[in-house]
Amino acid sequence: MALLDIANFDLIRKGAEANLYSGEWYGRKVIVKKRVEKRYRVEPLDKKIRAYRTIHEGQIMHEAKKAGVPTPTIYLIDLSGFTIVMEYVEGVRLRDSLNNFSAEERLRTCRKVGNLIGRLHERSIIHGDLTTSNMILTPDEKIFFIDFGLSLYSTEVEDRGVDLHLMKRALNSTHYKYVNQCFNAVIEGYKTEVGDQKTERVLTKVREIEKRGRYFAERA
Amino acid sequence: MNANSYCLGIESTAHTFGASIVSSDGTVLCDVKEVYAPEVGKGIHPREAAQHHSQVAPEVLRRAFKEATVKPKNLDAISFSAGPGLGPALRTGATIARALAVFLSKPIVPVNHAIGHIEIGALTTGARDPLVVLVSGGHTAITACADRRWRIFGETEDITLGNVLDSFAREAKLPPPGGSAVEKLALKGKKFIELPYTVKGNDVAYSGLLTAASKKLGDHDLEDLCFSIQEVAFSMLTEAVERSLAHTEKKEVLLTGGVAANKRLQSALEVITEEHGAEFYVVDHKYSGDCGAQIAWAGLLAFKCGVKMKVEDTVVRPKWRLDEVEIPWRS
Repeated sequence: MALLDIANFDLIRKGAEANLYSGEWYGRKVIVKKRVEKRYRVEPLDKKIRAYRTIHEGQIMHEAKKAGVPTPTIYLIDLSGFTIVMEYVEGVRLRDSLNNFSAEERLRTCRKVGNLIGRLHERSIIHGDLTTSNMILTPDEKIFFIDFGLSLYSTEVEDRGVDLHLMKRALNSTHYKYVNQCFNAVIEGYKTEVGDQKTERVLTKVREIEKRGRYFAERA
Repeated sequence: MNANSYCLGIESTAHTFGASIVSSDGTVLCDVKEVYAPEVGKGIHPREAAQHHSQVAPEVLRRAFKEATVKPKNLDAISFSAGPGLGPALRTGATIARALAVFLSKPIVPVNHAIGHIEIGALTTGARDPLVVLVSGGHTAITACADRRWRIFGETEDITLGNVLDSFAREAKLPPPGGSAVEKLALKGKKFIELPYTVKGNDVAYSGLLTAASKKLGDHDLEDLCFSIQEVAFSMLTEAVERSLAHTEKKEVLLTGGVAANKRLQSALEVITEEHGAEFYVVDHKYSGDCGAQIAWAGLLAFKCGVKMKVEDTVVRPKWRLDEVEIPWRS
């Protein structure tokens, strides 16, 4: 019997680069993340990207756990199918819930998110795609980070800055009504983990990165 | 009495000087342009572009009024590209717009050039609430409108897609327009050459790709390099668009701006759009490059919502970001 047969699994989500299936696997409720062929990319490029990210994501998710950031437990990586089998996490995506929270809940959640980002950065992990789509809030109020396909190991202020810049961007586009209070709360939480001095350095970098985007008027 | 209103649009952000008149039923009555062409191997010189624009302006305007068969006194508004773009080129167009507005006593409406690309795309395709992929020499942005503002979901963190293709073409001594020269050669390319692929969340960064591809000039067939630089650049953007599409769950994707004319980019984006069950739209080829029509149409939409300015306040804004503009005609 093959280690993994997803014929009976349900397709629950078509993400940007992978399909997510849920089902039962050796008595456990699991998510199967399969990086599907991207027909828009030429084959050698496509295979290289999918193979690299499949291995890398598994490794770094495990590493994130050691940093104290909840991530789904990895059960199996099947490179021939560009597939990861992982724990099913009950909860809602932050993208869908953040706007409906009370102000207090929202800030508390954002502080927690910031703290978790700080933990990753302190352990030299850059998530690479920090959006509220990639955070799951569980009923016991834990926040799971998912989707580490673009993550990397780095201690550079630049990479940390890009990470926070992307977080701010996600808030700006999807939670634009609360972007300032939310981002400030994220930074508060971040500070509690990495300290004032480092946070200030990263924030200076974030401002620099923002200005690199096209057509930011130089502000005095 | 005609119930339609008419708006003149003047485009002068970069190498194109254009004039167009549109009517409020969405008809483009004319779209006249002259394009400044730098020498082979060189980029746009802002001052020379501005001089070119001031030379061709009277003739372009004359032709525009003639083709549209609209008399200047019957215009309802005059719009111009106020930014973003090259200062000297912008000021030339703005000066002409101000002179006309004062002389004819017509309201003057400043237009953000990027909004122009988006709105002319929406007009010519019928897209209503799309995720917009705006790709040109001045922009590489993935954006969607919410609460009267275009929200940026992804963009380039350094140079634009148009820059990559144009600069590479210049390095390779290909004739302008560089983008289409690269596209033509790429069709003959067969071998994929590895080049840096940089996606950060929904953002892309292209400068490393340009440098690496330029350094490989001479080591490989130019066809293969053109093929590979296109494949990598478009794959990066397509991946970022797919992420944004998965995140926003929009049901339409609109490709607009100068690079929208590229068939390979169109086919790549079409693939992901279909996979996510969305409709794919590409701006009418006539209006993908910079043109007066994009300014005239966006100007008319703004004018209808009461956007206007005193002539003395119509300063140009070379760094006017798309997401700074209030869009009263969209929800």
